[in-house]
Amino acid sequence: MPILIELFASFFLVAFVSFGGASAVIPELYRIAVTEHAWMDARTFTELFAIAQAAPGPNVLIVTLIGQHVDGWLGAFLATLGMCLPMSLLVGLLFKHWDKLQHWRGRAAIQLGVAPMAVGLVLASGSLIAHSAAPSLIGILLLLLTVAINLRTKLHPLWLILLGGVLGLMGLV
Amino acid sequence: MPAPQILESATKPIPAPPTPAALFLGFSRVGLSGFGGVLPWARRLLVETEGWLSAEEFNILLGLCQFLPGPNVVNLAVAVGVRFCGWRGAVAGATGLMLGPFLVALVLGVLYARYGELPAVQSMLHGITLVGAGLIIATGFRMGLNVKNRAIYLPFAGAAFAAIALLHWPLPVVMLGGATLTISLSWWRLSQEAKACRS
Repeated sequence: MPILIELFASFFLVAFVSFGGASAVIPELYRIAVTEHAWMDARTFTELFAIAQAAPGPNVLIVTLIGQHVDGWLGAFLATLGMCLPMSLLVGLLFKHWDKLQHWRGRAAIQLGVAPMAVGLVLASGSLIAHSAAPSLIGILLLLLTVAINLRTKLHPLWLILLGGVLGLMGLV
Repeated sequence: MPAPQILESATKPIPAPPTPAALFLGFSRVGLSGFGGVLPWARRLLVETEGWLSAEEFNILLGLCQFLPGPNVVNLAVAVGVRFCGWRGAVAGATGLMLGPFLVALVLGVLYARYGELPAVQSMLHGITLVGAGLIIATGFRMGLNVKNRAIYLPFAGAAFAAIALLHWPLPVVMLGGATLTISLSWWRLSQEAKACRS
């Protein structure tokens, strides 16, 4: 299969299970990009993840960067489109009927049922990234500190990203 | 008490519905201001700055976007676009949201392709990776705290985590299999509640 079609098709399919957004499906993105297609090595994947985190915009940019790494700006475009298109179409279709669905039991059941699964997925994503980064002891402390500060204070995440970059440059983590 | 309502509508005139161009520009600002979560910025634009949606309308639309998988904020831009200008609005909103960040990502990607092998760049990205992982784990915990009936549902979160992170099962299988279980459970519990209410 031509690689551009492969890019589009892979992320088009991921969109259907990405409850919790792109952050929830990082293990699947990893499986596609590193394990299945060998588009990049594990280190490149985690570095693209870091760039996506540091850039402004939605988390789906990790998909954009994977696409670009594989086949330039066209790859970036098709990968991003593949990830965004399926649910955009569904939103457009469901929009008119959403008022009626408000009181349907299935809607409440799906929302209640999907939420815990999304929690598991997002935590697994974070753990995969942490694991593949193989942090030093100070690195592990940085990660735990980030979790604590982000949960307990309103500090803007950009400051933590800056701290991570500086500690990284100093070779401490 | 009707008085405050009149006062409010007098001071806050109902804004004209946005055109596709206004949607494009509005969501462009949202996309580029959002570091680590774009949703609060989208709310600020739609409800506070422009007043295109009431807080209640916003919550209902957000409900639709969070009900479906996929990038929630892209879904939101599509829903708001459709609401005001049909498919043209949807394209304008989603393109506005994504275009700026997309171009920034491309530039960063080019820089990475060029300088990514430098040890300094690699050590810096390594530090950012750890913070990024921490931010995602924090998001996961926050989502976990928002789950209703935690004692019943959170074990499923634990099982999904273990299946993917420890057993390395394929994510689509875990998600579809697990969600079938949890949705059946919540459906059954809602039916029981409805019965209890009727009797």
